[in-house]
Amino acid sequence: MSVARVEPRGARSTGWWGMALFIVAELTLFGTAVASYLFLRFRAPTWPPPGVEDPDLVLGGIATVLLVGSSIPILWAERGIERGDVRRMRIGIAISIVLALAFLSIQGYEYASASFSWRTDAYGSLFFTILSLHGLHVIGAILIVSWLEARSFAGHFDGDHHVAVQTGALYWHFVDIVWLAIFSVLYLSPRI
Amino acid sequence: MATATEERLEEIWGEEPGPVSWFTTGDHKRIGRRYIVTALVFFLLGGIEAAFMRWQLAQPGSTHLTPEQYDELFSMHGTTMIFLFITPLFTGLANYLVPLMIGTRDMAFPRLNAFSYWIFLGAGIFLYAGFVVGAAPNGGWFAYPPLTGPIFDPGINMDIWSLGLIFLSISTTAGAINLIVTILKLRAPGMSLARMPLYVWAMFVTAWMMVLAMPPLTYANVLLQLDRNLGTNFFDPTAGGDPLLWQHLFWLFGHPDVYIIFLPAVGIVSTVIPTFSRRPIVGYPYVALATVLTGIIAFGVWVHHMFATGLPSLGLTFFAAASMIITIPSGVQVFAWLATIVRGRRPAFTTPFLFAIGFIVVFVIGGVTGVMFASVPFDQGVTDSYFVVAHFHYVLFGGAVFPMFAGLHYWFPKITGRTYSETLGRWSFWLIFAGFNVTFFPMHIMGLLGMPRRVYTYSPDLGVEGLNLLSSVGAAVLTIGIALVAINAIKSLIAGSKATANPWGAATLEWATTSPPAHYGFASIPIVHGRDPLWEQPDLGSDLTLTHGREILGTTITDADPEEPLPMPEGSVLPLVTALGFAAVFVSLLVGSVPAALVSTLLTLGLIGAWTWTLGGVPG
Repeated sequence: MSVARVEPRGARSTGWWGMALFIVAELTLFGTAVASYLFLRFRAPTWPPPGVEDPDLVLGGIATVLLVGSSIPILWAERGIERGDVRRMRIGIAISIVLALAFLSIQGYEYASASFSWRTDAYGSLFFTILSLHGLHVIGAILIVSWLEARSFAGHFDGDHHVAVQTGALYWHFVDIVWLAIFSVLYLSPRI
Repeated sequence: MATATEERLEEIWGEEPGPVSWFTTGDHKRIGRRYIVTALVFFLLGGIEAAFMRWQLAQPGSTHLTPEQYDELFSMHGTTMIFLFITPLFTGLANYLVPLMIGTRDMAFPRLNAFSYWIFLGAGIFLYAGFVVGAAPNGGWFAYPPLTGPIFDPGINMDIWSLGLIFLSISTTAGAINLIVTILKLRAPGMSLARMPLYVWAMFVTAWMMVLAMPPLTYANVLLQLDRNLGTNFFDPTAGGDPLLWQHLFWLFGHPDVYIIFLPAVGIVSTVIPTFSRRPIVGYPYVALATVLTGIIAFGVWVHHMFATGLPSLGLTFFAAASMIITIPSGVQVFAWLATIVRGRRPAFTTPFLFAIGFIVVFVIGGVTGVMFASVPFDQGVTDSYFVVAHFHYVLFGGAVFPMFAGLHYWFPKITGRTYSETLGRWSFWLIFAGFNVTFFPMHIMGLLGMPRRVYTYSPDLGVEGLNLLSSVGAAVLTIGIALVAINAIKSLIAGSKATANPWGAATLEWATTSPPAHYGFASIPIVHGRDPLWEQPDLGSDLTLTHGREILGTTITDADPEEPLPMPEGSVLPLVTALGFAAVFVSLLVGSVPAALVSTLLTLGLIGAWTWTLGGVPG
């Protein structure tokens, strides 16, 4: 049997499947976090507890737009490298990193300006733990795509070799989409 | 006589003997053997802990052990047997066997595979370091807060436990992902899902369960760490938390984990029984489906561990029903095995076959008491008594350790290239079977008479001292039986006769390789036409030799149609060094040093970076 010496891509590649399964495990982790929040929430007489105001929807909304929006330049970068355009990949990833950093800055402001801490009560513990868990994932995603940028300068990627970019982008999208669930639970659900 | 192809393959896949390849190897066979040997060392340690407990409990009011020592021993006995012995042992066996059974040359990610082993070893040492520093975990393998919270268990004992398990979950998750991708993408051409060996089906479902069950445990342990060390309130009811949150999260992992332990055992039995009954398994599709169904229903029964916690009875009814339903797929499998034996020709009562039959007997007893627990009023009556201890040892020792012995004897000739002594093997089976039942059957009665579990001694007024002494004597017999297995193995390694490629006349692909297999496994990738390839296809050879370089064949995930060769990485020391980086992170967290934790985290990230950089696009 004769076969082409081209790197397999997407779902033909074992690397892609490895990342997809890692994301399944991560989704379970976030699912557990959300379930824990709802479990304690429905046992509490009032939520948030007396004296704590609802999370700020305006800031949270801006952060959501920034983070979910950052998936678009990554998608654009991925399409670029599929055509062998390394420059387009670099620019796309750089824009995404800037958007994610802006998201993290808003999160940092929320931490600093909150009237409660993780020690105050279970509400504070849940709010800060889930936010930090997701924040660490955003940092992780930034590190992954920054590394892809670095590797692109070493000539690791071209139109036929870029499965690492595909898997990195997949992780980026996961971190963005899971935020929608967290936003719904932490920011929207207390208002119900 | 080695052919030119074989010489070329040895050149590509062979490893330099010696210490360097010991630290760099990615060969699934070496890693699999390592997993098995390490897990057996932990089996020994867990067994020693059990022996101390039976020594203490042989008579009422003994003072051989202090209550504190007893707490540490039963906590580490459970933790060891579940996390460090049986799960890694089955992972190791799968590491060795799955690539051979599906006709490929290695796992999908050889470096990740080496990494998983090193993390397992590191986490095992981490958990056992508690004995060295005089602070072994002491809150049980279930670690219920508030008992394990900052107020009632202030030492580092439970920090070692929860950090150790988070550390270990990296290994379990990475190993499971590796196994799933291997099974999906690397099956030999023609081995569609409907032709996959039942052992591979069992490991496929088990690996999925690991991916889905570890995160709740990890998250629960993160919350416990935060409550203990950063003052959060997840399990503190005075500040809006709830200790039941821990129980939900723990058993959301814990019950699926029972099947993570049991399904690989089922896979072994479904392999051993057809071989010695000399016919294909009866009802292959039903057994495969039952395996998948067990895996799914296992995620819907966790509350039956919490029947005595005061939950609303409507919820309990649902979980009682689910717990009864899960017996149906198990029943399907038991009847398929029995039918295979009955419809077989001249069954050969070898040691593996005896262990498989012993498993069916013991497991059915454990299953019957399991159905009793699914009934809420009965459960509430015997909860926290020795009846529970009896039940889960019938299920776990009977359901997993008997099949493990079946599997270790069955594949001993393949893995070591030597045959073991059948006479010694039969002696060890009967001693283990008798010792096991004498140890654990009396515990049913002790429990019904009211002996509580997790307590270091009992009163002579309870009327259970005779039963306890009997149980301790049984434990001694069991120990002799297990020692005999070890003696048999060592004796056979030294003086056993050389094993042929397929000494049992078995049907699955691993027996098409030499005993032990060459580094490259198969000289040519087999092309599979049925479920029992070695019985159906006398000549398995193909022209798919993949001698261009270090390559394996990728195939489609359902039909296993050939796609393209996938490049494989060379060995590397990076998996070991990265695992050491993770160890440094967890030790820093344990001693509570923020600067050390930051430095070691950055170091570990750098190592992961180096790992991906040096692979240069090859998944590994």
